[in-house]
Amino acid sequence: MTAVDPTTLSASAIARGVREGTLTAREVALAHLARIRALDGRLGAFLLVTDAQCLEMADAVDAKRRAGAALGPLAGVPVALKDLLSTKGLRTTCGSRVLESWVPPFDATVVERLRAADAVFVGTPNMDEFAMGSSTENSAFQITRNPWDPSRVPGGSSGGSAVAVAARMATVALGSDTGGSIRQPAAMTGVAGLKPTYGRVSRWGLVAFASSLDQIGPLARSAADCALVLEVIAGHDARDSTSAAQAVPDLTAVLGTGLEGVRLGVPGEYFGAGLEPEVERAVRAAVARLEALGASVREVSLPHTEHALATYYVIAPAEASSNLSRFDGVRYGLRVDGTTPEELNRRTRKAGFGPEVKRRIMLGTYALSAGYHDQYYGQAQRVRTLVARDFERAFADVDAIVAPTAPTVAFEIGSRVEDPLAMYLADVCTLPASLAGLPAISVPCGFGAGGLPVGLQVMGRPFDEATVVRVADAFERATPELRGAPEGAP
Amino acid sequence: MDGPRISRQDVIKVARLARLDLSEAEIERFAAQLGAVLEHVGRLAPVDTRDVPPGTHTLSARTPLREDVVQPGLAREDAVANAPAVEEGAFVVPRIVGAGSKGGA
Repeated sequence: MTAVDPTTLSASAIARGVREGTLTAREVALAHLARIRALDGRLGAFLLVTDAQCLEMADAVDAKRRAGAALGPLAGVPVALKDLLSTKGLRTTCGSRVLESWVPPFDATVVERLRAADAVFVGTPNMDEFAMGSSTENSAFQITRNPWDPSRVPGGSSGGSAVAVAARMATVALGSDTGGSIRQPAAMTGVAGLKPTYGRVSRWGLVAFASSLDQIGPLARSAADCALVLEVIAGHDARDSTSAAQAVPDLTAVLGTGLEGVRLGVPGEYFGAGLEPEVERAVRAAVARLEALGASVREVSLPHTEHALATYYVIAPAEASSNLSRFDGVRYGLRVDGTTPEELNRRTRKAGFGPEVKRRIMLGTYALSAGYHDQYYGQAQRVRTLVARDFERAFADVDAIVAPTAPTVAFEIGSRVEDPLAMYLADVCTLPASLAGLPAISVPCGFGAGGLPVGLQVMGRPFDEATVVRVADAFERATPELRGAPEGAP
Repeated sequence: MDGPRISRQDVIKVARLARLDLSEAEIERFAAQLGAVLEHVGRLAPVDTRDVPPGTHTLSARTPLREDVVQPGLAREDAVANAPAVEEGAFVVPRIVGAGSKGGA
């Protein structure tokens, strides 16, 4: 037994402790489950807490250790799994009434890999319905509150995952990021969140929103822990035809290697009208810090940044309209009966989908419909290429690009739900890297208005998570005073 | 062509394509909200994309292939486990071809 509170430990410290026998997986699990019981009634981060399964998994890890078997890199680490990752035998809702009772018959690849790494699962966090949203307010089931200020959103769509980590109810979490859904809630709750390169992590078992954009990634309280988790979940998977045949890099090897020789680019286009002054101040101070640590910094230009919002809000809804057509009341999920199959479909979808999902399905269907297909979808796909080329050009001169993760700090619950376009603007800084398929991390870099967290985003070349993690980690090591902990979740 | 405000007719037509039943209030709301989004999207129209190929994602377009051998798939009982209505291992749906329809079965 130990006097240290296991909820204050990093994933690497827990895994080391469990492997060495200075910690038991059971005590780590119990500590986190107790914290969930103490805090989550107020925060609403979890849709399902898997107490029994968590302890079973923990006991199995402890038994493995006692038997002298080798333990995995996440031994005993409590993980929260965003509720759109298929977990065999465990209800997976995607935050939607349509899947309120869906029990997947299989594990997602990332879930399989976490199990093999001896992680334990504490539960499934809340999310915007089908990952569509920037505040987690679009969940059909409950509101999730930001532990830094419970009248504010935690960001989205992986809001529950971010809060679970920020409030130390889980050591790490998995989220998904299509237009910023890992990075933005990480920024708004003061934690680290990493979106890998498109294709780096298998999407097998991830309920699809926009197939050319979706990626699964880790949230944690450090870039180093994000790296540890990514090493476990990344890698080619034959079951996902978009999975890249790229070797998983040794990310932990770059940690603590400093920033000498690293060239950073700061894109002027990310510092425009909608950026809150305190956010700008915190990000620019962070850039100065990186320069003091040995990186060289220069201005770069990504001229098509202004088109990223429009491009994304054609492509993502178009792909979503196709992906969500499978929810028709026939094979799984909610069914509302009808006299014809079409009536069955229409009634089921009317009852099952929330307003944001309907809105995006409508947008996407419109953009793909006859007469509009090339004008909207075709043009958006071409502009997407231009967005990607902007980055390619910039990466000829720099190794990573640093920018704000979100233009504002966390906003008040209810303040943007009536205005979709205002809500979509929360993503302007994260969308371009999504469109270009680039790896990007957000790490805490200070505080803005109201003492709310601000995130620094680091974007890298395709498959260069190593540089992204290296920069983020170097920054974190030099700025421990910027971490802090939310009030009311001590 | 600049971004059109979405008409009531278009909302109804798109809702039908998307198999969505909408209330009157939803039709009104979507006409306005989608119109606003599409107006913003209209900013893409003047962007010069001549000779620019569509970028679906950053990976090469080559789809990996595998040997054409039978591999285990999803067991039937798993496939129907979440079905709202099942009969003899099949999904039950309302009659598709009615007694009064022309052609078909």
